[in-house]
Amino acid sequence: MAKIEVNKEKCKACELCLAACPLGLLRMSREFNSFGDHYCEQPDSSKCTGCTLCAIMCPDMVITVYK
Amino acid sequence: MEKVFGIPEGMNDKKTAFCPGCTHMTAYRLIVECLNELGERDNAILCRPIGCSLNADGSFDIHTIQSMHGRASAVATGVSRMNPTKTVMSYQGDGDAISIGVAETLYAANRGEKMTAIVINNQIYGMTGGQMSPTTLIGQRSTTGVRRADDTGYPLRFAEWLGQLEAPGYVARAALYTPKDIMQAKKFLLKALRCQKELGRYSYIEFLSFCPTNWGVQPKDCLKYCQENVLPVFPVGEFKSCF
Repeated sequence: MAKIEVNKEKCKACELCLAACPLGLLRMSREFNSFGDHYCEQPDSSKCTGCTLCAIMCPDMVITVYK
Repeated sequence: MEKVFGIPEGMNDKKTAFCPGCTHMTAYRLIVECLNELGERDNAILCRPIGCSLNADGSFDIHTIQSMHGRASAVATGVSRMNPTKTVMSYQGDGDAISIGVAETLYAANRGEKMTAIVINNQIYGMTGGQMSPTTLIGQRSTTGVRRADDTGYPLRFAEWLGQLEAPGYVARAALYTPKDIMQAKKFLLKALRCQKELGRYSYIEFLSFCPTNWGVQPKDCLKYCQENVLPVFPVGEFKSCF
């Protein structure tokens, strides 16, 4: 069991994490944060393996990974 | 559940002024992680000139010193000679280190100063507005014109150049394009800092970075753009290693 936690206010919607996830579990939210950006989210954490690749790729250190 | 990856010790969660998709902050994270691993974070001094590097202000906990545009290697030389026990680094962009301050960077390398030069190569001037830099690719568009070989010359491969010198102990180029590249970049940076700390020699490491705003490329398309255009011109690897 693993999951990620996203700091919504820091996300700048560059979408680099989406390409980094080998299982394609991430997507951009429909909602906006207070800066007017979409933020990344993980709708279903049951398949997440906690490989940390999304967090390594994220330039702004938005993602925290728990395993 | 246990935390396996997060903000490293020595960095905070302040939102930085970097553009979306800019990998400058990845380079900062690698620097802080490597200094933490070596136990040198409180003993390190980072020399930064003018450039996008200043957008990270307040988000990391390393001693810094501000220098004039291009002169980070000259300032780092002075800091390093006065404080031989410190880990001294310079953090520059490609226009800064390879164009404006090419003499300072080159001669600091040739003298073999005890420092680590970290150069972020994104093939363009970032903060000043997307002007052409010495590493701009042939055919690449910048605000000062399109690069043509017969007019402005060829992209300058500075790491290969420094790799031929006697004095540097470690010269490498790494990319910050994919998670695999980033993990490789961390290994290279760790070697560069160890070369400086353990052997007292000069290290140079160049990070290939994204600049989506000034390239005019969407961040999600940057990886494909770089694999097709940048990596054939700037190959990743170690050009000189004392280990």
